[in-house]
Amino acid sequence: MSGFNKVVASYQEALAGLEDNMTIIAGGFGLCGIPENLIQEIKRKGTKGLTVVSNNCGVDDFGLGVLLKDRQIEKIIASYVGENAEFERQMLSGELEVVLTPQGTLAEKMRAAGAGIPAFYTATGYGTPVGEGKEVRTFNDRNYILEESIKGDFAIVKAWKADTYGNLIYRKTARNFNPMAATAGKITVVEAEEIVPAGELDPDQIHTPGIYVDRLIQGTFEKRIEQRTIRHSGEQ
Amino acid sequence: MALTREQMAMRVAQELQDGFYVNLGIGIPTLVANYVPSNMEVMLQSENGLLGMGQFPTEEEIDADLINAGKQTVTVAKGASIFSSAESFAMIRGGHVDLTVLGAFEVDVHGNIASYMIPGKLIKGMGGAMDLVAGADNIIVTMTHASKHGESKLLSQCSLPLTGKGCIKKILTDLAYIEIIDGKFHLLEHAPGVEIEQIKALTAGELVVSEHVKEMNI
Repeated sequence: MSGFNKVVASYQEALAGLEDNMTIIAGGFGLCGIPENLIQEIKRKGTKGLTVVSNNCGVDDFGLGVLLKDRQIEKIIASYVGENAEFERQMLSGELEVVLTPQGTLAEKMRAAGAGIPAFYTATGYGTPVGEGKEVRTFNDRNYILEESIKGDFAIVKAWKADTYGNLIYRKTARNFNPMAATAGKITVVEAEEIVPAGELDPDQIHTPGIYVDRLIQGTFEKRIEQRTIRHSGEQ
Repeated sequence: MALTREQMAMRVAQELQDGFYVNLGIGIPTLVANYVPSNMEVMLQSENGLLGMGQFPTEEEIDADLINAGKQTVTVAKGASIFSSAESFAMIRGGHVDLTVLGAFEVDVHGNIASYMIPGKLIKGMGGAMDLVAGADNIIVTMTHASKHGESKLLSQCSLPLTGKGCIKKILTDLAYIEIIDGKFHLLEHAPGVEIEQIKALTAGELVVSEHVKEMNI
């Protein structure tokens, strides 16, 4: 009996059941806090026709960008995709369907899905291409558009520390979309830098309670930096 | 003389107030952080989930887990907090940010802004810009007054896809500081040495010039 123990033995097991044409929700912002080994496993599996929901789509050779190269992604829902040449090529040639979605709306679509809310009104995007074809309602003299939430067949998440029950703590701005993604998967798979026995993390410090997590694995991470900006010692 | 990027940032910084929570977009807005008056406390919000963004790290301080919305490595300032993207946009969409500064391709007399897409040419995405312009009351747009080819960016109607509708009230260009009131541009200040006739010639939308126009203090 495994009880609440969410730990799986391999990346293969972590993504068992992922099939062609499924929807995957991914945590991460740029290359920060991305589930890099789970993405590699999707590449290894060769799953095709995927719909990917993520703020960005990685760079050409890292992050979700590696799935573009092998044409595994059919549709992407993202807010910003500017760092990726292959992405631009596939989008302009029509090979890839892109739904540009405001960043706050994207976060809320995940959050709402996880909270059982099918749709919500927001002022963001009203009167712009994002609002085209969407229901408009007026509250207190302001116009809002109706945005639907997005549930994933799988959610892939990167945490810093986890306990075996799937309680998660993120580190610094690697948190970003990960907490919402964790709630929005029919199957939520988490990779963490460290997994400790249940009971060792302070309940007051948990960012994502284990109830949202189905599978958990410990990984090692490259943590590539996209824009390495530094100041020199003594410089303000 | 038209303002340099740094001078534009300096002028925007004069709009800061002690205790302001501020979101700065990429480009000229980012430079505003360099001109926060020393007698003032201002906290910078970075929409990837950081309130209290600090300066760039030293080589030793670099942390891949600590970046800003431009994906640059940063540090945290005193009193910073870190949170999820949903929390970050609750702040933005809930109108809790005191000042937002962002760039644009075009603004029109109706307060519409186009900043995220040039069809067939540049399609990178809106990131958090649509949320920022929809959620904030106090927004300053920074951009050059005209394109390199001399085409006005202050129009009677935006020609590019909109980032937000009717949400812009203030624009700081390299030539002028302009407020939008009742469907017209109003010239508040001109850059030092820039003739009002030049500003008029480069403003395609209706421009009201009162006798109270001041020279910018840079």
